[in-house]
Amino acid sequence: MSGIPHDHYEPKTGFEKWLHERLPIVALAYDTLMIPTPKNLNWWWIWGIVLAFCLVMQIVTGVILVMHYVPHVDLAFASVEHIMRDVNGGHMLRYIHANGASLFFFAVYIHIFRGLFYGSYKAPREVTWIIGMLIYLAMMATGFLGYVLPWGQMSFWGATVITGLFGAIPFIGESLQAWLLGGPAVDQAALNRFFSLHYLLPFIIAALVAVHIWAFHSTGNNNPAGVEVRRGSKAEAEKDTLPFWPYFVIKDLFALAVILLLFFAVVGFMPNFLGEPDNYIEANPLATPAHIVPEWYFLPFYAILRAFTADVWVVKAASFLSGGIIDAKFFGVIAMFGAIIVMALVPWLDTSRVRSGKYRPMFKWWFRLLIIDFIVLMWCGSQPPQGIAPTLSLIGAAYWFAYFLVILPILGVLEKPRAIPATIEEDFVAHYPDAAE
Amino acid sequence: MLKKLALSAALVLTTGTTGGVALASEGGHTEDIAFSFEGPFGTYDPVQLQRGLKVYTEVCASCHGLKYVPIRTLADPGGPGYSEDEVRAYAKENFEVFDPDLDDTRPAKPSDHFPPSNDPNAPDLSLMAKARKGFEGPHGLLINPLFKGIGGPEHIYSILTGFTGEEKEVAGTTFYENTAFSTGWISMPPPLAGEDVEYDDGTPATLEQEAEDVAAFLMWAAEPKMMARKRAGFMAVLMLSLLSVLLYLTNKKLWYPIKHRGKQANL
Repeated sequence: MSGIPHDHYEPKTGFEKWLHERLPIVALAYDTLMIPTPKNLNWWWIWGIVLAFCLVMQIVTGVILVMHYVPHVDLAFASVEHIMRDVNGGHMLRYIHANGASLFFFAVYIHIFRGLFYGSYKAPREVTWIIGMLIYLAMMATGFLGYVLPWGQMSFWGATVITGLFGAIPFIGESLQAWLLGGPAVDQAALNRFFSLHYLLPFIIAALVAVHIWAFHSTGNNNPAGVEVRRGSKAEAEKDTLPFWPYFVIKDLFALAVILLLFFAVVGFMPNFLGEPDNYIEANPLATPAHIVPEWYFLPFYAILRAFTADVWVVKAASFLSGGIIDAKFFGVIAMFGAIIVMALVPWLDTSRVRSGKYRPMFKWWFRLLIIDFIVLMWCGSQPPQGIAPTLSLIGAAYWFAYFLVILPILGVLEKPRAIPATIEEDFVAHYPDAAE
Repeated sequence: MLKKLALSAALVLTTGTTGGVALASEGGHTEDIAFSFEGPFGTYDPVQLQRGLKVYTEVCASCHGLKYVPIRTLADPGGPGYSEDEVRAYAKENFEVFDPDLDDTRPAKPSDHFPPSNDPNAPDLSLMAKARKGFEGPHGLLINPLFKGIGGPEHIYSILTGFTGEEKEVAGTTFYENTAFSTGWISMPPPLAGEDVEYDDGTPATLEQEAEDVAAFLMWAAEPKMMARKRAGFMAVLMLSLLSVLLYLTNKKLWYPIKHRGKQANL
């Protein structure tokens, strides 16, 4: 599977040979599990396993929740209470599923920022990166759809606001929004289709995850040094790598156990900490909550959406140049989706030939600023649009775009990178002097 | 009973349309109460839940419902700890429900839910303790909720004890000044004054005591499986701690020869 030379599966018994000729499934599993993995991977490389675990956990708990949930505007809220009160273990299932979404996004953000720092998106891993971005988009859609299902106040009004984004598209917006909702407002038709799609999308994510893994198993993993595994011979490759099983499986499982320990502390002791109290009030189309906020994992992009108000000069310019077609609302929608698109295009925006941020002295600082920017935007998204929040949102949004569109392209030309290790083995020995042969 | 009738009549007459359904609890002062169920090891105090149920039944229930709470759960473990017979007697004595099979009302049974609100402007209280936040911030940073809890029951306590005695009339509706309510003026008249119920365990029924007890009861109503949840969480944390240690040691041993390859060769 991988381009790195390594031992392949050899069928030994008669049955294995018989099966292998007809379906080389054992070989597929063997090659996937035994893939040569750079031995210098650090602890930032454990989040892939956490994410795979989250997907399985969400599907398993979700499938069971569906057995008790009723997608009907008059019954959905009560059916969730039925799960919480009457279904055996139902309260745990629901809290694991709801907080599981938070763990999923927490992990995916670390995974994405790890990729951004170590240049995991750079050639030849652009396809892995793009597939990853598609997974992230599908996750956001799934998270949003799932949040609507309990049919609480924030479910209803969140759905109204987010589908309203499509309504901001000029000319076709209103028809598009009505088509998405199956009617003029969020109602039974919308709840039914959101339920259907919330069940469908995780399986699409699972398929994309398989392609994501296939892609980086074809190129080999990136690693903290950002230098490629030597592929001249099997012996050479073995100096740089170790098989995924058992070395990385055990390491990842240890990390997963620690993360799940913290996760179950949240589920057991403070399951509503990340939730919004308003969602324990049944949806009421006649009463708008004072402050509509999305879940925490959408907040940075929600802040970018709201940052571009009508008095910002770029919005004024866009409105003037487009003859009023692009108004502040539509501009915000473009900015929000644009913020994700620039991130998806980063393989072609970063001009540096050095892959890992470890060896890029200037890049490091801009990258740290991007992390701070992301956290500040998250805070801005949680605040009502008053005081310092709108100004900070605008600065934060500007930096987000500047990082991808200006800083990364220029930095690759201006920056003088530090010397990179010649091989992965050299990097590994630098960490563990006793490993030198 | 007379008092209950008089109270519900007063509420029906005076409850307005806006104040009662205001949804946010931002603004308003919330008193921090040290409830027995706080923290990872906190548990409900069954005697307090029984007192709270009495306040709910004799005062709140004249307007507010608990429609998502099955009456039988009063006998569930981790709750007020009544026996099934006591629950049967309680249901029969206190509530009438409409039975579609009989096409008539009949005394409630444990398998029924508590009735919904009598007054359309009185919100259902089943989830009230989880539907309000008492503590926020500072500055949206979630530090207060992390240490003090989300503060739903504290908010309920603060509303019940936060009336100043001031009233005002807006468009024919009377509003009562309340230091805990988001807008400062609530359409619910002060429901408790102290000595509204006579506690079976002899606890003096002060306003603060009644408010605290009913807030604790409503927390149980909103989260009846809290004790089972904390137990499950505790077990999960314990098992995963053990698993983490074992995996840590396995990992260390597994990687040792890799990280010390050179040294071993020299030995």
